[in-house]
Amino acid sequence: MKKKPTTVAFKGTHEQELELDRLIAAHKDDPGALMPVLQGAQEIYGYLPEEVQRHIGLAMGIPFEQVYGVSTFYSQFSLNPKGEVAIAVCLGTACYVKGSGGILDKISSILDLAVGETSRDGKYSIEATRCIGACGLAPVLTINNEVYGRLTVAQVEGILKKYM
Amino acid sequence: MVRSTVLICGGTGCSSSGSAKIKDKMVEEIKAAGLENEVKVVVTGCFGLCALGPIMIVYPEGTFYSRVTVEDVPEIVSEHLLKGRIVKHLAYDETVKDNEILSLNDTAFYKKQKRIALRNCGVINPENIDEYIGTDGYQALGKVLTEMQPQEVIDVIKASGLRGRGGAGFPTGMKWQFAANQPAGKKFVCCNADEGDPGAFMDRSILEGDPHALIEAMAIAGYAIGSDQGYVYVRAEYPIAVQRLQIALNQAREYGLLGKDIFGTGFNFDIELRLGAGAFVCGEETALMTSIEGKRGEPRPRPPFPAVKGLYGRPSILNNVETYANVAQIILKGADWFKSMGTEKSSGTKVFALGGKIKNTGLVEVPMGTTLRDIIYEIGGGIPDGKKFKAAQTGGPSGGCIPEKHLDTPIDFENLAAIGSIMGSGGLIVMDEDNCMVDIAKFFLEFTVDESCGKCTPCRVGTVRMLEILDKITSGNGTLEDIDKLEELCNYVKSASLCGLGQTAPNPVLSTLQYFRDEYVAHVVDKKCPAGVCKNLMRYVIIEDKCKGCTACARKCPVGAITGTVKQPHVIDAEKCVKCGVCIETCKFGAIVKQ
Repeated sequence: MKKKPTTVAFKGTHEQELELDRLIAAHKDDPGALMPVLQGAQEIYGYLPEEVQRHIGLAMGIPFEQVYGVSTFYSQFSLNPKGEVAIAVCLGTACYVKGSGGILDKISSILDLAVGETSRDGKYSIEATRCIGACGLAPVLTINNEVYGRLTVAQVEGILKKYM
Repeated sequence: MVRSTVLICGGTGCSSSGSAKIKDKMVEEIKAAGLENEVKVVVTGCFGLCALGPIMIVYPEGTFYSRVTVEDVPEIVSEHLLKGRIVKHLAYDETVKDNEILSLNDTAFYKKQKRIALRNCGVINPENIDEYIGTDGYQALGKVLTEMQPQEVIDVIKASGLRGRGGAGFPTGMKWQFAANQPAGKKFVCCNADEGDPGAFMDRSILEGDPHALIEAMAIAGYAIGSDQGYVYVRAEYPIAVQRLQIALNQAREYGLLGKDIFGTGFNFDIELRLGAGAFVCGEETALMTSIEGKRGEPRPRPPFPAVKGLYGRPSILNNVETYANVAQIILKGADWFKSMGTEKSSGTKVFALGGKIKNTGLVEVPMGTTLRDIIYEIGGGIPDGKKFKAAQTGGPSGGCIPEKHLDTPIDFENLAAIGSIMGSGGLIVMDEDNCMVDIAKFFLEFTVDESCGKCTPCRVGTVRMLEILDKITSGNGTLEDIDKLEELCNYVKSASLCGLGQTAPNPVLSTLQYFRDEYVAHVVDKKCPAGVCKNLMRYVIIEDKCKGCTACARKCPVGAITGTVKQPHVIDAEKCVKCGVCIETCKFGAIVKQ
């Protein structure tokens, strides 16, 4: 999967770094610990800035390119910070056949923001996700983990307004 | 004394529509009514009928309340729980007949089902090990450890004819035998809970509804092949499943059902969780094992097969969640019992995730050999809004689209392959006349292109070229030669790719070419999309006779493409129109159509 590196400056804090170091220490002796460490780091920072990936590589004795190789391989890892309003539209098959593609287009046009990107002010991000498993509610979108189901294109604007 | 039990579904579907709030309200109302010692509230796994969620069942009556809201709760408490009067207007309409309430098992959705893998889902509290033990849980493990030799266990699984439910249908007993035959030493038992097919959720429901069934089966497998360590590779996108599995693992350890010296027999076994990070290719066994090792999840050539050289270079087996969910039942009830269900070559049952254009969206488990027609029309309730059936898609991005004429095929591994699809993990998406089959093929290919790991050229480059051709066709620039070229390319990718992902990636294209070639031809020759999906091939038009000139559409149009005077028919400027569809939804007179 193609991933765009972020244009947002790194704003990590000292507390976050301490937490990251504790995480790495806890996984020191586990075989195959890179994935759990990256997952934990993403929870701490909200995404995986290059600075953090370099830090993990150094601390774990893994070359940076290997860390980067893993972080860009899996779709869960994000190189971009999510927006304050993180919108995710399900593009699983069940949602797609019920028209989630149109819903995604609509959101993208209302916010004038491409899928997979975060607005410059950091307010919004749009993501196309794979099945979130709520196929009974298809088509589905989530905004900051709040689930909206059985949607029509006409409802989209009203939902977004709540977050504007 | 407890006289009533309220089961509330806590699966992902019902949770997404607010079942947790309903549970809180229920507990609060029960307390307010002073019934807390008489009524028990239990959060269970998935009942299966996700379309009607959030779902609540009240026992002993077995009343099935559907689409429950927080506001409905006080009425259910004061009427049903306090006064014993069923709230008929909230009950699932199929269970209310001539003023009587039918058992859930008599409804069309459940009648033809046979639940083995899902037997505890929606029945027990998955976060309480005692409830699992109360339904014969961990008996099979006890039987295996105290009464059977490892080879006997493998023989039973072999004799049952159980085949891998993850997609390929490889005989499970044979897989275990290969690993058992390897010299003693470190071996691994792995479980694929990474459910990659977008639109399949059976594994998740088992993890959420009956996690101990998986733990017990993995321990049995460990005993059979001589392993003391298991790994469950589960999707990180399934937070509820991960959490319940973690709770179940802790409880099993506490009860001495995992860990050292299980049942005092000297057998040691423990399980570790590994979170997948969203990569479809990790459904392939060698890729999954590479991913557990913390690397990019790329597959490698086989042989050596994982049974010889798998995780960390050691003999390993990998089975899917649903496969494991059958194991304990087979040990307890015997291979003959299992073989008595299903078809000759595919014994037992299969769980399908029904989705798309179907009334009863949800999870169903039926004996192998049931026809698609039964599943879609009898159990699934058919196509909503009086639309016409077009195709059933099985096997996700690796499968194919099955047309009307094959609906009476009894479903098993061989039959599905013969009609150009695959069983896959059991996703079953129904499409109606409004779905464009070329667009669906393109949808799956976009997925594959995204998910191709890039290791082998046929898949990495071939799928991109296929997508380019499909793009050309759906945008109205295709030619008849493109269709032939596409078909040829499909066959190359199919035969030359390294792993299952690439080998099956052309299936959605090949099956739609086989059954819906006329739609491809319509796109390239007539430059029309018969279903009205492909944007470049259609335009929005206002039918003059029907338009009342109410101006509603003109006011809503985001690009100002609609003009006209009040009370006169309006027109759409095709140049300006971005085909967003808002006007169609706005028009109250059905005056706007796609052509």
